[in-house]
Amino acid sequence: MSEVQNFKVTVDNITIEVPAGTTILNAARMIGGDVTPPAMCYYTKLKESGGKCRTCLVEVSKGSEKDPRPMPKLVPSCRTTVMDGMEIKNITSEKVLDARKGIVEFLLINHPLDCPVCDQAGECDLQNLSYEHGTEGTRYDFPRRTFEKEDIGPYIQLHMNRCIMCYRCVFTADALTEKREHGVLERGDHSEISTMLNKALDNEFIGNVIDVCPVGALTDKTFRFKNRVWFTKPVDAHCSCTKCSGKVRLWMRGDEVFRVTARKNEWNEVEDWICNECRFEKKSTKDWVIEGPSVIARSSVIAQGHYVGTKKTPIVIDKVIGKDPKFLMNIHDISDVNKPEIELSKIAGPAHSNDFKGK
Amino acid sequence: MGIKLLLENDHIEGIKNYDTYKKHGGYRAAEKALKMAPADIVEEVKKSGLRGRGGAGFPTGMKWSFLAKPEGVPRHLVCNADESEPGTFKDRYLMEFHPHLFIEGLLISSFALGSNTTYVYIRGEYAWIPDILEQAIQEAKNAGWLGKNIQGTGFDCEIYVHRGAGAYICGEETALIESLEGKRGNPRMKPPFPAIQGVWMRPTVVNNVETLAAVVPIINMGGDEYAKIGMGRSTGSKLLSVCGNVNKPGVYEIDMTISVEEFIYSDEYCGGIPKGKKLKACIPGGSSVPIVPANLLFKTAKGETRLMNYESLSDGGFATGTMMGSGGFIVLDEDQCVVRHTMTLARFYNHESCGQCSPCREGTGWMYKILKNIEYGKGKMSDIDLLWDIQRKIEGNTICPLGDAAAWPVAAAIRHFRDEFEWHVKNPEESQKRNFGLAHYADPRPIPASA
Ligand SMILES: Cc1cc2nc3c(=O)[nH]c(=O)nc-3n(C[C@H](O)[C@H](O)[C@H](O)COP(=O)(O)O)c2cc1C
Ligand code: SF4
Ligand code: SF4
Ligand code: FES
Repeated sequence: MSEVQNFKVTVDNITIEVPAGTTILNAARMIGGDVTPPAMCYYTKLKESGGKCRTCLVEVSKGSEKDPRPMPKLVPSCRTTVMDGMEIKNITSEKVLDARKGIVEFLLINHPLDCPVCDQAGECDLQNLSYEHGTEGTRYDFPRRTFEKEDIGPYIQLHMNRCIMCYRCVFTADALTEKREHGVLERGDHSEISTMLNKALDNEFIGNVIDVCPVGALTDKTFRFKNRVWFTKPVDAHCSCTKCSGKVRLWMRGDEVFRVTARKNEWNEVEDWICNECRFEKKSTKDWVIEGPSVIARSSVIAQGHYVGTKKTPIVIDKVIGKDPKFLMNIHDISDVNKPEIELSKIAGPAHSNDFKGK
Repeated sequence: MGIKLLLENDHIEGIKNYDTYKKHGGYRAAEKALKMAPADIVEEVKKSGLRGRGGAGFPTGMKWSFLAKPEGVPRHLVCNADESEPGTFKDRYLMEFHPHLFIEGLLISSFALGSNTTYVYIRGEYAWIPDILEQAIQEAKNAGWLGKNIQGTGFDCEIYVHRGAGAYICGEETALIESLEGKRGNPRMKPPFPAIQGVWMRPTVVNNVETLAAVVPIINMGGDEYAKIGMGRSTGSKLLSVCGNVNKPGVYEIDMTISVEEFIYSDEYCGGIPKGKKLKACIPGGSSVPIVPANLLFKTAKGETRLMNYESLSDGGFATGTMMGSGGFIVLDEDQCVVRHTMTLARFYNHESCGQCSPCREGTGWMYKILKNIEYGKGKMSDIDLLWDIQRKIEGNTICPLGDAAAWPVAAAIRHFRDEFEWHVKNPEESQKRNFGLAHYADPRPIPASA
């Protein structure tokens, strides 16, 4: 094995050594926690992906040991490789946070915000992103652009209204199909994802475009409106499939299999592509050997359920700011609700703030 | 009379044809260049100080010397003839009326860079020009200037003309390369730069039409002589395409020492503004560069005379200056509405964004919609600040400079003409009937005392 050189990089004051050729994003992912920039278009498995959504922009405050000049513009961390001695600012940079707020706003101005009826809700990267990096309101008061829903074959539906043009499905389909059958029509804010002459994409693995889609633009028609993801319980399972690895995640309620997806890692990226047959047709527990509850580490609502072995995201804030965080207040000191002299069980019905007054 | 290097033979009947061109000194530079070592040609171009005429003004010689030369991998020269920037039409003039000058420049540059297959990517709307170019290519070939073993030197070169399909973004060099390869014209992520991996992942140089044509006089007179024309880092001559409120719109060749005022008012060039109207504003370098009010056009903020060159036009940065850009000189007289003008540009960028990256895709449309409201008397005061904030969030955060190009005109219009925007908001009805007019935009500006 040839020696790979190691580079020392610092992200938000945390220094780590990574092999040369690593991107800033992946270096930050190795540290984990809050210093990892959000990535809406980059996908490790898709070589050409990244650079488009601009949510992962970071500031390079020192280019490298050799050339310490800062980079003039924010750079997409998913497409910028590290240099030795590079210093990067993500959450410690006002510029980055400001730009990122702008990007989230841009991504949302034409988004229908139809989460209440969207199958992706609860496991949607755009929901997470807006929650973590967006503002409460919008300044956009124009009609949002709309498209017709489109069926891409018998199993997949495209809701173009929700699409954020990350191109992940395009690269996935490119890798799977012979010709450029699935791509982008038009340009600018009227561009849309579509297939060649509205044809069904005929490929045994095409269902994977559903999994790579960060939002609810590509959905599984066999699961459509069947259940909310947070009511289903993810379990890892496998079967001996001749086409794919057969390693999947079942989304179950009781012993009913509602949905089958590929397994995703902590960055919400697919571990192994799965075939259409596993995804769309094996919807009975008899088809599968169940391994046990899935580990879901992403910050979506599903992760709020208490599953065994859930990996907690590391807390890095003390390292970023170089000291223990000082809390503005201790909620237990100021909240009346925690007054031990009031016995909640004695109160009829749900407790009301009036119940705590004057005691 | 100003200097004429590119349009020297403009008055000659039939200069389009090979024989006439040859008779008037054509292909002299090519003859000379083919006897030189390619590296020496690059050296001459470096010495000439020639800067790219496509908009960014990057030194051409330096760009050429960055070209990677891996063993056994073909290299390509690609000429950017996509010229789609509103206000710019100088390349069209060169290609339409001086095709052989252009071909000669292409040949010398191809030889210098070792490109055996050279492409001209031409704007789709220039539908009639490929025929002119192809005829010129055929004539040059018949005379032994293209094809195999050119003039017995052993150098082979073919030039292909490739038509675009009508997208401004395909003028951006990496989008152009994608389009040339037959793909969707989306700009590529850089790095890698075209000099390392361009067309079909081979080392590629992309240059503007005027840049490549300028190589002919450079070889004829030598780099050092060429560098003596003009001033500072603005060497040689520059073509400008003038449109808007002037008496004589058209294409002019200037040496970059004349003042902006002279350029607009002298009879040799624009011939002043029709009907004795007053000048309100000007965009000196094509739609992407910042608009400046009359009082910043003739004099810089420091009170110096502004000249028609790269340095002087950008004096004062974006706060009080603008840019040479691609030389699309747009003049606005007192009857023009800056809000409407800005809206029109915003509409253009909205329409031309490729849609790859979120700030440009979403932001350009948003800016257009707000500007449309303001222009049609439906704007709010807060819209002006909102516009400012949107352009600020697009600028610098996109994949390619189209995002910046969309942000700058809006920023500059608000920076210099904010009261005109406010007037539109405050007088929604009146603004539908008349224009804000010249206001104080031509008044002399106080000059800060130097320390
Ligand atoms: C959106 C956009 C459009 C452009 N259009 C043109 C064009 O039409 N013609 C051109 O020569 N350069 C255009 N450019 C600049 C090219 O990317 C490139 O810098 C230029 O062709 C380099 O040639 P030069 O060094 O000779 O100027 C454009 C750039 C951008 C960002
Ligand atoms: S459909 Fe989904 S995966 Fe495809 S570009 Fe849109 S958001 Fe991305
Ligand atoms: S800045 Fe605009 S034109 Fe350029 S890549 Fe991004 S979306 Fe496309
Ligand atoms: S994840 Fe880097 S730009 Fe989208």
